[in-house]
Amino acid sequence: MKTLNRRDFGVAVAAAILLPVTTARADDTNMEVHIDNFVFQPPELKIKVGTTITWTNRDDIPHTVVSAGKFRSKTLDTDDKFTFTFTNAGDYKYFCSLHPHMTGMIKVE
Amino acid sequence: MSGHDHGEDGVSRRKVLECMTWAGTGVLWTISGGVPRSLGIIDSAEAATAAAPGMTFLQISDSHVGFDKPANPNALGTLEEAVNKINAMPVKPSFMIHTGDITHLSKASEFDNADRIISQSKLDVHYVPGEHDFLDEEVKFYRERYGRGTKGQGWYSFDAGGVHFVGLVNVVDLKGGGLGNLGAEQLAWLEDDLRGKSKSTPVVLFAHIPLWTVYPEWGWGTEDGGRALEYVKGFGSVTVLNGHIHQVMQKVEGNVTFHTARSTAFPQPAPGTAASPGPMKVEDAKLRSMLGVASINFKQNEQRLAIIDTPLQG
Repeated sequence: MKTLNRRDFGVAVAAAILLPVTTARADDTNMEVHIDNFVFQPPELKIKVGTTITWTNRDDIPHTVVSAGKFRSKTLDTDDKFTFTFTNAGDYKYFCSLHPHMTGMIKVE
Repeated sequence: MSGHDHGEDGVSRRKVLECMTWAGTGVLWTISGGVPRSLGIIDSAEAATAAAPGMTFLQISDSHVGFDKPANPNALGTLEEAVNKINAMPVKPSFMIHTGDITHLSKASEFDNADRIISQSKLDVHYVPGEHDFLDEEVKFYRERYGRGTKGQGWYSFDAGGVHFVGLVNVVDLKGGGLGNLGAEQLAWLEDDLRGKSKSTPVVLFAHIPLWTVYPEWGWGTEDGGRALEYVKGFGSVTVLNGHIHQVMQKVEGNVTFHTARSTAFPQPAPGTAASPGPMKVEDAKLRSMLGVASINFKQNEQRLAIIDTPLQG
């Protein structure tokens, strides 16, 4: 009905490009963890093998995401992201190596 | 011929003497007869040192050079203000200690900027690292600059003005769910370092994260800090100087005085008063009253070092 303004057009294009990802999200193969106020949110996630998780640091302080022997992010400054795909079942405890009181858990089945 | 240059003791002793000139925004510590007292932040420190000769050194901490978030968009600027304040002190301190988080993200440029400003104090500076100083990929920038002549991850000791100073590293190899960590190797070194020292020698331990448990819910403490404190139990005067929590906190337990210094970059909330220990945004007019330095004065035959914490303003 209305002509698309430039922004909406951009969104439409982005949506088209992101479509495969969006579909995947519906299958729960991509999930997100946010770091807010020195807390991993959600602190525990149950996922299926093959799922990819993206952590985003939303604090004004850098953090890391480390699971001993399994994965280790670089230092994540504000809004930086870290992504890891879980290819094996198991319990993955992880923490921030700068603020080790920050802990989280990914249960992969 | 090379005894002078290569004898490790000779070098470090000389370094120590050279180090007696350190400045920054910090706490001015006065060692009087063995116990450091924080003279508060700088203005009151001036008063105290003027009245009380003896050795005075400064503590600055948590300069977080590179930090530019709302809590303080110009952390380098407030570091410079702190150094200016130190330079204006009527009595020049013997040296300075920096209790870590020199930089925010361990970038080479941040270390360079920090050094450019801190060196304007013309004081020798003894550093210990904070967790923010070990973030570069190869963990080499801090060590290249400040690690020379240190042991392990960067710990060391020196003597100045009749006081034994020990710089400890408790920001490495932290364990999930835990607190700051000294580790077995460093503790063994510390025990050895203190062995044979006269119990009347005043001891100053300094490290980034508090060696005592301030607030474990926010990670403000050191897992095996109690072990280090056992080694200094027999000494008549022990002062523990830390940073990390960006606020002044003090506790006296027997012969041990615990003290944390303000940051020169941004304040953090009092334990449990906010959702997280992250940078606390305060009104612009209030910021400088929550940043500062400490000076410590030491006088022979007095038990406690006098510690004066001085804010940048107010």
